[in-house]
Amino acid sequence: MTSATARPQLSRKVRLRFDRRTGRYMLLYPETGLELNRTATEIACLCTGECTIDDIAQHLARIYVDLSTAEIKRNVHDFLNTLAGRGLLQGLQ
Amino acid sequence: MNHEYRPYTLIAEITYRCPLRCPYCSNPIDYARHGAEIDTDTWLRVFHEAEALGVVQLNLTGGEPLLRDDLELFIEKASKLELYTNLITSGIPLTFERLSRFRALGLNSVQLSIQGTRPPESDRIAGAPSFHRKLEAMHWVKSLELPLTMNVVLHRDNIADIADFIKLAEDFSTDRIELANVQYLGWALQNRSALLPTREQLERARTVAEHARGRLQGKMEVVFVTPDYYSVYPKSCMDGWGRRFIVVNPEGFALPCHLAQTIPGLHFENVRQCHLEEIWHHSSSFNQFRGDGWLPDPCRTCDRRARDFGGCRCQAFHVTGNAGATDPACSLSPDHGRIESARRQASHLAGLPVLFEYRSGRGFTQT
Ligand code: SF4
Ligand code: SF4
Repeated sequence: MTSATARPQLSRKVRLRFDRRTGRYMLLYPETGLELNRTATEIACLCTGECTIDDIAQHLARIYVDLSTAEIKRNVHDFLNTLAGRGLLQGLQ
Repeated sequence: MNHEYRPYTLIAEITYRCPLRCPYCSNPIDYARHGAEIDTDTWLRVFHEAEALGVVQLNLTGGEPLLRDDLELFIEKASKLELYTNLITSGIPLTFERLSRFRALGLNSVQLSIQGTRPPESDRIAGAPSFHRKLEAMHWVKSLELPLTMNVVLHRDNIADIADFIKLAEDFSTDRIELANVQYLGWALQNRSALLPTREQLERARTVAEHARGRLQGKMEVVFVTPDYYSVYPKSCMDGWGRRFIVVNPEGFALPCHLAQTIPGLHFENVRQCHLEEIWHHSSSFNQFRGDGWLPDPCRTCDRRARDFGGCRCQAFHVTGNAGATDPACSLSPDHGRIESARRQASHLAGLPVLFEYRSGRGFTQT
């Protein structure tokens, strides 16, 4: 499970790439990739090993002013857990 | 732009040459009769055209891609194009220095195949002494902190060792292990009776793999690919014909699947003469099995058609003689009896010593 002070970082095998065709970012890793929506991109860009999960949630709260803090936290945790489940993230305890 | 047909991955088969002789090799069985390999500049142009067409992943494969001495240039170019570049190799012949160079030039990941968990078995299947060198190569990949996939092709003779393969992958802290059952096409079809496992073997292996997947989740990805001879429905071959992948073979032919040229009557364009974009959108062969129009019965009205697209065209051709038929691996196919009889044969042969026909440079047609 994720703790608010963990500092998630994309695994070495993952590359973030802008896709000119869709105007979205993708996470690429061996054999496949994930197309990210805007929120997911915001989160992925902050998975550098420097920001805590709380920092990420706060950053999103400044962008998505109409979402509640609880909703934002849930979004962040869900997305990070998805990435971790696929082995795309390190630094989550 | 129509995203229904966008190639995400270019499979660059840069050579058919290989120091090994696996009996399930996916290269065409008459590979030795194929023409000259396309040159460095043509490949560099192809990578460029592929990226412009939407490709984001590049698989450098073969044969054995290490046998091309311009591999460095390919990796460098791919990295400039921001392609995610996977080297798919047997690990032979490789040196630590060369691998370090690949990494510095931007290689993203390495997939290394091993044939068995112990030297004699592994070397017997590979047809050449290679086991220790493969372990050494895996060690180099890890020490350079490159992501490593260990690829194991499973068949009747090694499927019982699946737990040992997983253990080996754990010992090397690989990021991923791919336990893929042989696809019965090309050389593997010639050797089918020696390779096809029994249902019991397969179920046992699946259970072991599923266990490991749970235990290793988030640490090491465990991928288990069933042979479709034992599934109820076929796999969506290449995610659908001409939908997500382009293969360019060593001679420069652009193909929807690496064995597509074994289907008679299809004409394929060559990247020496044609732009990749032109081929992708307008090649009659790429268009032949796209969409719903060509689908035979029972696929035409089947709910699964959007998922498996009627299965593999090459398998349809090689088993039924008709590339436009429902994949015979599907239990709804009128030709499914042929697959069932191969399964029966596998259970008769269980436990007998296995004879392989090795991939050889001659090609069957010239003997
Ligand atoms: S399957 Fe074996 S013989 Fe064929 S290209 Fe791969 S390593 Fe070489
Ligand atoms: S009938 Fe055709 S579409 Fe339906 S499952 Fe079988 S192969 Fe797939």
